[in-house]
Amino acid sequence: MTSDSLPRAFTLLLKRDLTLAVRHRAEILNPLLFFVLVTSLFPLGIGADPKLLQAVGPGIIWVAALLAALLSLEGIFRSDFEDGTLEQFLLSSHPVSVLVIAKVLAHWLITGLPLLVISPLLGVLLGLPGDAIIILLITLALGTPVLSLIGAVGVALTVGLRKGGMILSLLVLPLYVPLLIFAANAVDTAAAGLPVTAHLSLISALLVLSLSLSPLATAAALRISLS
Amino acid sequence: MFNNFFHKMASPRYFYNISGQLIPWLAAACMALFLAGLYYGLVKAPPDYQQGDSYRIMFIHVPAAWMSMFIYVVMAVAGAIGLIWHIKLAEVMAISSASIGASFTFLALVTGSIWGKPMWGTWWVWDARLTSELILLFLYLGVIALYNAIDDKRTAARAVAILALVGVVNIPIIHYSVEWWNTLHQGPTVTKLDKPSIHLSMLIPLLLMAFAFKLYYAFVVLMRARCEVLERERHTGWVRELAETK
Amino acid sequence: MSLNEFFHMGGYAFYVWTSYGLALIVLLLNVIGPLRQRKKLLNDIARTNRRARRNTP
Repeated sequence: MTSDSLPRAFTLLLKRDLTLAVRHRAEILNPLLFFVLVTSLFPLGIGADPKLLQAVGPGIIWVAALLAALLSLEGIFRSDFEDGTLEQFLLSSHPVSVLVIAKVLAHWLITGLPLLVISPLLGVLLGLPGDAIIILLITLALGTPVLSLIGAVGVALTVGLRKGGMILSLLVLPLYVPLLIFAANAVDTAAAGLPVTAHLSLISALLVLSLSLSPLATAAALRISLS
Repeated sequence: MFNNFFHKMASPRYFYNISGQLIPWLAAACMALFLAGLYYGLVKAPPDYQQGDSYRIMFIHVPAAWMSMFIYVVMAVAGAIGLIWHIKLAEVMAISSASIGASFTFLALVTGSIWGKPMWGTWWVWDARLTSELILLFLYLGVIALYNAIDDKRTAARAVAILALVGVVNIPIIHYSVEWWNTLHQGPTVTKLDKPSIHLSMLIPLLLMAFAFKLYYAFVVLMRARCEVLERERHTGWVRELAETK
Repeated sequence: MSLNEFFHMGGYAFYVWTSYGLALIVLLLNVIGPLRQRKKLLNDIARTNRRARRNTP
Protein backbone atom coordinates (compact mmCIF):
# COMPACT_ATOMS: atom_id res chain seq x y z
CA MET A 1 0.00 0.00 0.00
CA THR A 2 2.93 2.33 0.68
CA SER A 3 3.75 2.64 -3.00
CA ASP A 4 0.24 3.80 -3.89
CA SER A 5 -0.90 7.37 -4.09
CA LEU A 6 -2.98 8.73 -1.24
CA PRO A 7 -6.37 8.82 -3.03
CA ARG A 8 -5.82 5.24 -4.13
CA ALA A 9 -4.90 4.12 -0.62
CA PHE A 10 -8.01 5.88 0.64
CA THR A 11 -10.36 4.12 -1.78
CA LEU A 12 -8.63 0.77 -1.29
CA LEU A 13 -9.06 1.01 2.45
CA LEU A 14 -12.68 2.06 2.10
CA LYS A 15 -13.42 -0.81 -0.31
CA ARG A 16 -11.68 -3.32 1.93
CA ASP A 17 -13.71 -2.29 4.98
CA LEU A 18 -16.95 -2.36 3.04
CA THR A 19 -16.21 -5.80 1.62
CA LEU A 20 -15.40 -7.11 5.09
CA ALA A 21 -18.65 -5.67 6.40
CA VAL A 22 -20.70 -7.24 3.63
CA ARG A 23 -19.12 -10.59 4.49
CA HIS A 24 -19.98 -10.24 8.18
CA ARG A 25 -23.51 -9.07 7.74
CA ALA A 26 -24.22 -9.22 11.48
CA GLU A 27 -22.07 -6.12 11.91
CA ILE A 28 -24.52 -4.15 9.82
CA LEU A 29 -27.66 -5.77 11.13
CA ASN A 30 -27.01 -5.89 14.88
CA PRO A 31 -26.87 -2.15 15.57
CA LEU A 32 -29.83 -1.64 13.28
CA LEU A 33 -31.87 -4.25 15.10
CA PHE A 34 -30.82 -2.73 18.40
CA PHE A 35 -31.95 0.71 17.20
CA VAL A 36 -35.41 -0.57 16.26
CA LEU A 37 -35.74 -2.71 19.37
CA VAL A 38 -34.81 0.02 21.86
CA THR A 39 -37.15 2.50 20.20
CA SER A 40 -40.07 0.09 20.21
CA LEU A 41 -39.51 -0.73 23.90
CA PHE A 42 -40.36 2.83 24.94
CA PRO A 43 -44.09 2.78 24.10
CA LEU A 44 -44.30 -0.47 26.07
CA GLY A 45 -42.56 1.17 29.01
CA ILE A 46 -44.25 4.55 29.14
CA GLY A 47 -47.63 3.88 27.53
CA ALA A 48 -48.94 4.31 24.02
CA ASP A 49 -50.70 7.66 24.38
CA PRO A 50 -50.09 9.29 20.97
CA LYS A 51 -49.60 12.77 22.44
CA LEU A 52 -47.02 11.51 24.90
CA LEU A 53 -45.21 9.49 22.24
CA GLN A 54 -45.07 12.44 19.89
CA ALA A 55 -43.65 14.62 22.67
CA VAL A 56 -40.86 12.20 23.65
CA GLY A 57 -40.39 10.56 20.22
CA PRO A 58 -37.51 12.71 18.89
CA GLY A 59 -35.57 12.27 22.11
CA ILE A 60 -36.14 8.52 22.12
CA ILE A 61 -35.04 8.05 18.52
CA TRP A 62 -31.92 10.12 19.05
CA VAL A 63 -30.94 8.42 22.31
CA ALA A 64 -31.45 5.05 20.61
CA ALA A 65 -29.26 6.23 17.71
CA LEU A 66 -26.49 7.22 20.17
CA LEU A 67 -26.64 3.82 21.85
CA ALA A 68 -26.70 1.95 18.55
CA ALA A 69 -23.67 3.92 17.36
CA LEU A 70 -21.91 3.18 20.65
CA LEU A 71 -22.61 -0.52 20.18
CA SER A 72 -20.93 -0.56 16.79
CA LEU A 73 -18.03 1.80 17.52
CA GLU A 74 -15.52 -0.82 18.61
CA GLY A 75 -15.74 -2.31 15.14
CA ILE A 76 -13.88 0.69 13.68
CA PHE A 77 -10.46 -0.43 14.91
CA ARG A 78 -10.87 -3.60 16.98
CA SER A 79 -10.31 -6.29 14.32
CA ASP A 80 -7.56 -4.27 12.63
CA PHE A 81 -5.87 -3.97 16.00
CA GLU A 82 -6.11 -7.67 16.67
CA ASP A 83 -4.65 -8.83 13.35
CA GLY A 84 -1.94 -6.16 13.29
CA THR A 85 -3.26 -4.19 10.31
CA LEU A 86 -3.43 -1.08 12.44
CA GLU A 87 0.32 -1.11 13.00
CA GLN A 88 0.82 -1.28 9.26
CA PHE A 89 -1.27 1.89 8.90
CA LEU A 90 0.96 3.71 11.33
CA LEU A 91 4.06 2.54 9.49
CA SER A 92 2.75 3.52 6.05
CA SER A 93 3.96 6.69 4.39
CA HIS A 94 0.47 8.18 4.19
CA PRO A 95 -0.84 10.59 6.80
CA VAL A 96 -2.66 8.49 9.39
CA SER A 97 -5.42 11.06 9.81
CA VAL A 98 -6.50 10.59 6.17
CA LEU A 99 -6.57 6.81 6.60
CA VAL A 100 -8.65 7.40 9.74
CA ILE A 101 -11.16 9.36 7.65
CA ALA A 102 -11.47 6.37 5.31
CA LYS A 103 -12.08 4.05 8.25
CA VAL A 104 -14.64 6.38 9.78
CA LEU A 105 -16.39 6.87 6.45
CA ALA A 106 -16.63 3.11 6.04
CA HIS A 107 -18.00 2.80 9.56
CA TRP A 108 -20.61 5.45 8.84
CA LEU A 109 -21.66 3.75 5.60
CA ILE A 110 -21.98 0.45 7.44
CA THR A 111 -23.78 1.62 10.58
CA GLY A 112 -24.94 5.23 10.21
CA LEU A 113 -26.56 5.03 6.82
CA PRO A 114 -28.79 2.04 7.68
CA LEU A 115 -30.06 3.94 10.74
CA LEU A 116 -30.92 6.82 8.45
CA VAL A 117 -32.84 4.55 6.10
CA ILE A 118 -34.91 2.91 8.80
CA SER A 119 -35.59 6.00 10.92
CA PRO A 120 -38.71 7.21 9.02
CA LEU A 121 -40.36 3.93 9.97
CA LEU A 122 -39.63 4.61 13.64
CA GLY A 123 -40.89 8.17 13.24
CA VAL A 124 -44.18 6.75 11.97
CA LEU A 125 -44.31 4.26 14.85
CA LEU A 126 -43.96 7.09 17.36
CA GLY A 127 -46.54 9.21 15.56
CA LEU A 128 -44.29 12.03 14.40
CA PRO A 129 -45.81 14.34 11.76
CA GLY A 130 -44.40 14.25 8.20
CA ASP A 131 -42.41 17.49 8.50
CA ALA A 132 -40.77 16.27 11.67
CA ILE A 133 -39.78 12.99 9.98
CA ILE A 134 -38.04 14.91 7.20
CA ILE A 135 -36.16 16.98 9.78
CA LEU A 136 -35.36 13.77 11.68
CA LEU A 137 -33.78 12.42 8.49
CA ILE A 138 -31.75 15.59 7.99
CA THR A 139 -30.51 15.65 11.60
CA LEU A 140 -29.54 11.98 11.39
CA ALA A 141 -27.78 12.57 8.06
CA LEU A 142 -25.75 15.41 9.58
CA GLY A 143 -25.43 13.90 13.04
CA THR A 144 -24.52 10.23 12.59
CA PRO A 145 -21.15 11.12 10.95
CA VAL A 146 -20.42 13.19 14.08
CA LEU A 147 -21.17 10.10 16.18
CA SER A 148 -18.68 8.04 14.18
CA LEU A 149 -16.04 10.79 14.18
CA ILE A 150 -16.14 11.49 17.93
CA GLY A 151 -16.48 7.79 18.64
CA ALA A 152 -13.33 7.05 16.64
CA VAL A 153 -11.25 9.06 19.13
CA GLY A 154 -12.69 7.07 22.00
CA VAL A 155 -12.10 3.75 20.28
CA ALA A 156 -8.55 4.73 19.37
CA LEU A 157 -7.85 5.48 23.04
CA THR A 158 -9.34 2.21 24.33
CA VAL A 159 -8.52 -0.22 21.52
CA GLY A 160 -5.71 -1.98 23.36
CA LEU A 161 -7.66 -2.48 26.58
CA ARG A 162 -9.35 -5.67 27.68
CA LYS A 163 -12.34 -3.96 29.27
CA GLY A 164 -12.44 -1.15 26.74
CA GLY A 165 -16.18 -1.29 26.08
CA MET A 166 -17.37 0.06 29.42
CA ILE A 167 -14.79 2.84 29.46
CA LEU A 168 -15.60 3.72 25.86
CA SER A 169 -19.17 4.64 26.78
CA LEU A 170 -17.93 6.77 29.66
CA LEU A 171 -15.54 8.60 27.34
CA VAL A 172 -17.85 9.10 24.40
CA LEU A 173 -21.38 9.63 25.70
CA PRO A 174 -20.70 12.95 27.49
CA LEU A 175 -19.19 14.27 24.26
CA TYR A 176 -22.41 13.37 22.42
CA VAL A 177 -24.50 15.66 24.63
CA PRO A 178 -24.48 18.81 22.43
CA LEU A 179 -25.46 16.82 19.35
CA LEU A 180 -28.28 15.10 21.23
CA ILE A 181 -29.59 18.44 22.47
CA PHE A 182 -29.51 20.20 19.12
CA ALA A 183 -30.79 17.26 17.06
CA ALA A 184 -33.65 16.09 19.29
CA ASN A 185 -34.72 19.68 19.74
CA ALA A 186 -34.69 20.31 16.01
CA VAL A 187 -37.16 17.46 15.48
CA ASP A 188 -39.27 18.67 18.39
CA THR A 189 -39.36 22.17 16.96
CA ALA A 190 -40.25 20.88 13.51
CA ALA A 191 -43.10 18.85 15.02
CA ALA A 192 -44.42 22.09 16.50
CA GLY A 193 -44.33 23.62 13.02
CA LEU A 194 -41.55 26.12 13.72
CA PRO A 195 -38.44 26.84 11.59
CA VAL A 196 -35.31 24.83 12.41
CA THR A 197 -32.59 26.47 10.30
CA ALA A 198 -30.73 27.60 13.45
CA HIS A 199 -30.65 24.03 14.79
CA LEU A 200 -29.49 22.61 11.50
CA SER A 201 -26.68 25.12 11.14
CA LEU A 202 -25.52 24.33 14.68
CA ILE A 203 -25.44 20.62 13.86
CA SER A 204 -23.58 21.37 10.63
CA ALA A 205 -21.06 23.37 12.65
CA LEU A 206 -20.57 20.36 14.92
CA LEU A 207 -20.02 18.20 11.84
CA VAL A 208 -17.41 20.57 10.38
CA LEU A 209 -15.63 20.89 13.71
CA SER A 210 -15.49 17.16 14.37
CA LEU A 211 -14.52 16.45 10.76
CA SER A 212 -11.54 18.78 11.05
CA LEU A 213 -10.32 17.89 14.54
CA SER A 214 -11.31 14.30 15.24
CA PRO A 215 -9.12 12.58 12.59
CA LEU A 216 -6.05 14.33 14.01
CA ALA A 217 -6.95 13.38 17.57
CA THR A 218 -7.74 9.81 16.47
CA ALA A 219 -4.39 9.47 14.70
CA ALA A 220 -2.53 10.76 17.77
CA ALA A 221 -4.52 8.44 20.03
CA LEU A 222 -3.76 5.42 17.81
CA ARG A 223 -0.03 6.22 17.97
CA ILE A 224 -0.23 6.29 21.76
CA SER A 225 -2.33 3.16 22.07
CA LEU A 226 0.01 1.16 19.86
CA SER A 227 3.27 2.43 21.35
CA MET B 1 19.24 30.81 32.11
CA PHE B 2 15.55 30.57 31.40
CA ASN B 3 16.03 27.31 29.58
CA ASN B 4 18.24 26.05 32.33
CA PHE B 5 15.56 26.78 34.91
CA PHE B 6 12.99 24.72 33.06
CA HIS B 7 15.40 21.91 32.61
CA LYS B 8 16.08 21.88 36.31
CA MET B 9 12.41 22.13 37.19
CA ALA B 10 11.63 19.23 34.91
CA SER B 11 14.08 16.97 36.69
CA PRO B 12 12.01 14.77 39.01
CA ARG B 13 14.43 14.94 41.91
CA TYR B 14 14.65 18.72 41.85
CA PHE B 15 10.88 18.97 41.61
CA TYR B 16 10.44 16.61 44.53
CA ASN B 17 12.73 18.65 46.79
CA ILE B 18 11.45 22.09 45.80
CA SER B 19 7.78 21.12 46.05
CA GLY B 20 8.46 19.56 49.45
CA GLN B 21 9.67 22.95 50.68
CA LEU B 22 6.83 24.81 49.00
CA ILE B 23 3.91 22.74 50.26
CA PRO B 24 3.92 23.83 53.96
CA TRP B 25 3.90 27.50 52.98
CA LEU B 26 1.11 27.06 50.48
CA ALA B 27 -0.89 25.04 52.97
CA ALA B 28 -0.43 27.67 55.68
CA ALA B 29 -1.48 30.50 53.36
CA CYS B 30 -4.45 28.43 52.25
CA MET B 31 -5.52 27.82 55.85
CA ALA B 32 -5.27 31.54 56.64
CA LEU B 33 -7.39 32.43 53.62
CA PHE B 34 -9.94 29.76 54.48
CA LEU B 35 -10.26 31.06 58.05
CA ALA B 36 -10.63 34.64 56.86
CA GLY B 37 -13.13 33.60 54.21
CA LEU B 38 -15.17 31.58 56.72
CA TYR B 39 -15.15 34.45 59.21
CA TYR B 40 -16.30 37.03 56.66
CA GLY B 41 -18.66 34.61 54.97
CA LEU B 42 -20.38 33.06 57.97
CA VAL B 43 -20.13 35.79 60.60
CA LYS B 44 -19.60 39.20 59.03
CA ALA B 45 -21.72 39.06 55.88
CA PRO B 46 -25.37 39.95 56.56
CA PRO B 47 -28.18 37.57 55.58
CA ASP B 48 -29.53 38.03 52.08
CA TYR B 49 -32.83 39.89 51.91
CA GLN B 50 -34.35 37.18 49.67
CA GLN B 51 -32.54 33.96 50.49
CA GLY B 52 -31.86 34.53 54.18
CA ASP B 53 -28.80 32.67 55.42
CA SER B 54 -29.03 29.88 52.86
CA TYR B 55 -27.06 31.93 50.32
CA ARG B 56 -23.93 31.29 52.41
CA ILE B 57 -23.64 27.96 50.61
CA MET B 58 -22.49 30.13 47.68
CA PHE B 59 -19.10 30.63 49.36
CA ILE B 60 -18.42 26.94 48.79
CA HIS B 61 -20.49 26.23 45.72
CA VAL B 62 -19.24 29.02 43.47
CA PRO B 63 -15.48 28.62 44.15
CA ALA B 64 -15.82 24.85 43.74
CA ALA B 65 -17.63 25.33 40.42
CA TRP B 66 -15.01 27.82 39.22
CA MET B 67 -12.20 25.50 40.20
CA SER B 68 -13.85 22.50 38.54
CA MET B 69 -13.65 24.27 35.15
CA PHE B 70 -10.26 25.84 35.83
CA ILE B 71 -8.65 22.53 36.77
CA TYR B 72 -9.92 20.84 33.61
CA VAL B 73 -8.28 23.56 31.52
CA VAL B 74 -5.05 23.23 33.54
CA MET B 75 -5.17 19.49 33.00
CA ALA B 76 -5.57 19.89 29.23
CA VAL B 77 -2.80 22.50 28.99
CA ALA B 78 -0.42 20.40 31.08
CA GLY B 79 -1.33 17.37 28.98
CA ALA B 80 -0.62 19.29 25.77
CA ILE B 81 2.77 20.45 27.10
CA GLY B 82 3.56 16.86 28.01
CA LEU B 83 2.55 15.61 24.56
CA ILE B 84 4.34 18.27 22.54
CA TRP B 85 7.60 18.73 24.45
CA HIS B 86 7.72 15.29 26.10
CA ILE B 87 8.00 16.81 29.55
CA LYS B 88 7.19 14.04 32.00
CA LEU B 89 6.49 16.45 34.81
CA ALA B 90 3.66 18.06 32.82
CA GLU B 91 2.08 14.63 32.35
CA VAL B 92 2.34 14.03 36.08
CA MET B 93 0.69 17.39 36.80
CA ALA B 94 -2.14 16.64 34.37
CA ILE B 95 -3.07 13.32 35.88
CA SER B 96 -2.60 14.55 39.45
CA SER B 97 -5.14 17.29 38.73
CA ALA B 98 -7.85 14.89 37.59
CA SER B 99 -9.01 13.53 40.94
CA ILE B 100 -8.91 16.95 42.61
CA GLY B 101 -10.97 18.39 39.77
CA ALA B 102 -13.44 15.55 40.05
CA SER B 103 -13.84 16.10 43.79
CA PHE B 104 -14.43 19.84 43.27
CA THR B 105 -17.01 19.06 40.60
CA PHE B 106 -18.70 16.65 42.98
CA LEU B 107 -18.66 19.31 45.70
CA ALA B 108 -20.15 21.92 43.37
CA LEU B 109 -22.89 19.49 42.34
CA VAL B 110 -23.85 18.43 45.85
CA THR B 111 -23.75 21.91 47.36
CA GLY B 112 -25.74 23.20 44.39
CA SER B 113 -28.33 20.54 45.04
CA ILE B 114 -28.42 21.29 48.78
CA TRP B 115 -28.78 25.01 48.02
CA GLY B 116 -31.52 24.19 45.54
CA LYS B 117 -33.66 22.44 48.14
CA PRO B 118 -34.67 25.61 50.07
CA MET B 119 -34.65 27.73 46.88
CA TRP B 120 -36.55 25.48 44.48
CA GLY B 121 -38.23 23.07 46.87
CA THR B 122 -36.58 20.01 45.32
CA TRP B 123 -33.12 18.49 45.59
CA TRP B 124 -32.52 18.49 41.87
CA VAL B 125 -33.56 20.83 39.11
CA TRP B 126 -32.23 20.51 35.57
CA ASP B 127 -30.72 23.93 35.88
CA ALA B 128 -28.15 24.81 33.21
CA ARG B 129 -25.29 25.20 35.64
CA LEU B 130 -25.96 22.01 37.56
CA THR B 131 -26.42 20.03 34.34
CA SER B 132 -23.11 21.31 32.96
CA GLU B 133 -21.39 20.35 36.20
CA LEU B 134 -22.91 16.87 35.98
CA ILE B 135 -21.51 16.36 32.47
CA LEU B 136 -18.17 17.79 33.59
CA LEU B 137 -18.14 15.18 36.35
CA PHE B 138 -18.65 12.47 33.71
CA LEU B 139 -15.74 13.90 31.72
CA TYR B 140 -13.49 13.79 34.80
CA LEU B 141 -14.59 10.23 35.60
CA GLY B 142 -13.76 9.23 32.02
CA VAL B 143 -10.26 10.64 32.38
CA ILE B 144 -9.71 8.81 35.68
CA ALA B 145 -11.14 5.54 34.36
CA LEU B 146 -8.95 5.67 31.26
CA TYR B 147 -5.84 6.35 33.34
CA ASN B 148 -6.58 3.44 35.65
CA ALA B 149 -7.38 1.05 32.79
CA ILE B 150 -4.02 1.40 31.03
CA ASP B 151 -1.28 -0.52 32.77
CA ASP B 152 1.75 1.36 31.47
CA LYS B 153 1.56 4.70 33.27
CA ARG B 154 3.47 6.67 30.65
CA THR B 155 1.11 5.51 27.90
CA ALA B 156 -1.82 6.16 30.22
CA ALA B 157 -0.70 9.72 30.89
CA ARG B 158 -0.39 10.44 27.16
CA ALA B 159 -3.79 8.90 26.39
CA VAL B 160 -5.31 11.00 29.17
CA ALA B 161 -3.72 14.12 27.68
CA ILE B 162 -5.46 13.47 24.35
CA LEU B 163 -8.76 12.86 26.08
CA ALA B 164 -8.41 16.04 28.15
CA LEU B 165 -7.70 18.03 24.99
CA VAL B 166 -10.76 16.61 23.25
CA GLY B 167 -12.76 17.39 26.38
CA VAL B 168 -11.52 20.95 26.63
CA VAL B 169 -12.62 21.65 23.06
CA ASN B 170 -16.03 20.23 23.93
CA ILE B 171 -16.62 21.94 27.27
CA PRO B 172 -17.62 25.32 25.81
CA ILE B 173 -19.88 23.56 23.29
CA ILE B 174 -21.49 21.44 26.01
CA HIS B 175 -21.89 24.50 28.20
CA TYR B 176 -23.49 26.51 25.42
CA SER B 177 -25.78 23.69 24.32
CA VAL B 178 -26.96 23.05 27.87
CA GLU B 179 -27.69 26.76 28.44
CA TRP B 180 -29.62 26.83 25.18
CA TRP B 181 -31.54 23.67 26.06
CA ASN B 182 -32.32 25.10 29.48
CA THR B 183 -33.81 28.33 28.19
CA LEU B 184 -36.03 26.30 25.86
CA HIS B 185 -37.33 23.89 28.45
CA GLN B 186 -37.67 26.14 31.46
CA GLY B 187 -39.05 29.60 31.83
CA PRO B 188 -37.01 32.36 33.42
CA THR B 189 -39.10 31.92 36.57
CA VAL B 190 -36.54 29.62 38.14
CA THR B 191 -34.28 31.47 40.52
CA LYS B 192 -30.80 31.46 39.13
CA LEU B 193 -28.08 30.62 41.60
CA ASP B 194 -26.00 33.63 40.65
CA LYS B 195 -27.14 37.12 41.40
CA PRO B 196 -26.90 39.97 38.91
CA SER B 197 -25.22 42.31 41.39
CA ILE B 198 -23.39 41.28 44.49
CA HIS B 199 -22.84 43.40 47.56
CA LEU B 200 -19.29 44.07 48.69
CA SER B 201 -19.84 42.33 52.05
CA MET B 202 -20.61 39.15 50.09
CA LEU B 203 -18.00 39.67 47.40
CA ILE B 204 -15.10 39.81 49.87
CA PRO B 205 -15.70 36.36 51.41
CA LEU B 206 -16.41 34.95 47.95
CA LEU B 207 -13.04 36.15 46.65
CA LEU B 208 -11.26 35.03 49.82
CA MET B 209 -12.75 31.55 49.45
CA ALA B 210 -11.93 31.48 45.74
CA PHE B 211 -8.26 32.23 46.47
CA ALA B 212 -8.25 29.70 49.29
CA PHE B 213 -9.56 27.04 46.89
CA LYS B 214 -6.87 27.98 44.35
CA LEU B 215 -4.10 27.65 46.93
CA TYR B 216 -5.64 24.43 48.15
CA TYR B 217 -5.50 23.04 44.62
CA ALA B 218 -1.89 24.23 44.26
CA PHE B 219 -0.60 22.42 47.31
CA VAL B 220 -2.70 19.27 46.92
CA VAL B 221 -1.71 18.88 43.27
CA LEU B 222 1.93 19.15 44.33
CA MET B 223 1.38 16.49 47.00
CA ARG B 224 -0.20 14.17 44.45
CA ALA B 225 2.46 14.89 41.87
CA ARG B 226 5.17 14.03 44.41
CA CYS B 227 3.60 10.63 45.00
CA GLU B 228 3.35 10.08 41.27
CA VAL B 229 7.02 11.03 40.81
CA LEU B 230 8.08 8.63 43.58
CA GLU B 231 6.09 5.84 41.98
CA ARG B 232 7.60 6.43 38.56
CA GLU B 233 11.14 6.87 39.82
CA ARG B 234 11.05 4.09 42.38
CA HIS B 235 13.98 2.24 40.80
CA THR B 236 16.33 5.22 40.66
CA GLY B 237 19.06 5.81 43.20
CA TRP B 238 17.75 8.96 44.83
CA VAL B 239 14.31 7.52 45.55
CA ARG B 240 15.84 4.42 47.11
CA GLU B 241 18.10 6.56 49.26
CA LEU B 242 15.14 8.67 50.27
CA ALA B 243 13.20 5.58 51.32
CA GLU B 244 16.14 4.47 53.46
CA THR B 245 16.42 7.71 55.39
CA LYS B 246 12.70 7.96 56.16
CA MET C 1 -25.10 37.99 67.36
CA SER C 2 -25.32 35.11 69.81
CA LEU C 3 -23.67 31.77 69.22
CA ASN C 4 -27.05 30.10 69.13
CA GLU C 5 -28.20 32.42 66.36
CA PHE C 6 -25.03 31.69 64.45
CA PHE C 7 -25.58 27.95 64.47
CA HIS C 8 -29.24 28.38 63.68
CA MET C 9 -28.45 30.17 60.37
CA GLY C 10 -31.88 31.78 60.18
CA GLY C 11 -33.56 28.39 59.89
CA TYR C 12 -31.27 27.11 57.16
CA ALA C 13 -28.89 25.41 59.58
CA PHE C 14 -29.30 21.96 58.05
CA TYR C 15 -28.54 23.09 54.48
CA VAL C 16 -25.69 25.44 55.34
CA TRP C 17 -23.91 23.14 57.79
CA THR C 18 -24.34 20.05 55.61
CA SER C 19 -22.70 21.92 52.74
CA TYR C 20 -19.81 23.19 54.84
CA GLY C 21 -19.37 19.84 56.56
CA LEU C 22 -19.30 18.03 53.25
CA ALA C 23 -16.78 20.51 51.86
CA LEU C 24 -14.59 19.92 54.92
CA ILE C 25 -14.74 16.15 54.42
CA VAL C 26 -13.92 16.35 50.71
CA LEU C 27 -11.05 18.78 51.28
CA LEU C 28 -9.62 16.69 54.13
CA LEU C 29 -9.84 13.42 52.16
CA ASN C 30 -7.91 15.02 49.30
CA VAL C 31 -5.06 15.88 51.67
CA ILE C 32 -5.04 12.63 53.62
CA GLY C 33 -4.98 10.52 50.44
CA PRO C 34 -1.58 11.63 49.12
CA LEU C 35 -0.09 11.74 52.64
CA ARG C 36 -0.93 8.10 53.23
CA GLN C 37 0.05 7.13 49.71
CA ARG C 38 3.49 8.70 50.12
CA LYS C 39 4.09 6.91 53.39
CA LYS C 40 3.02 3.60 51.91
CA LEU C 41 5.17 4.10 48.83
CA LEU C 42 8.30 4.95 50.82
CA ASN C 43 7.78 1.94 53.08
CA ASP C 44 7.25 -0.20 50.03
CA ILE C 45 10.41 1.01 48.32
CA ALA C 46 12.44 0.57 51.51
CA ARG C 47 11.18 -3.01 51.82
CA THR C 48 12.15 -3.89 48.23
CA ASN C 49 15.55 -2.29 48.89
CA ARG C 50 16.14 -4.50 51.91
CA ARG C 51 15.05 -7.59 50.03
CA ALA C 52 17.35 -6.74 47.13
CA ARG C 53 20.28 -6.30 49.52
CA ARG C 54 19.61 -9.64 51.21
CA ASN C 55 19.53 -11.44 47.88
CA THR C 56 22.80 -9.89 46.62
CA PRO C 57 25.27 -9.98 49.52
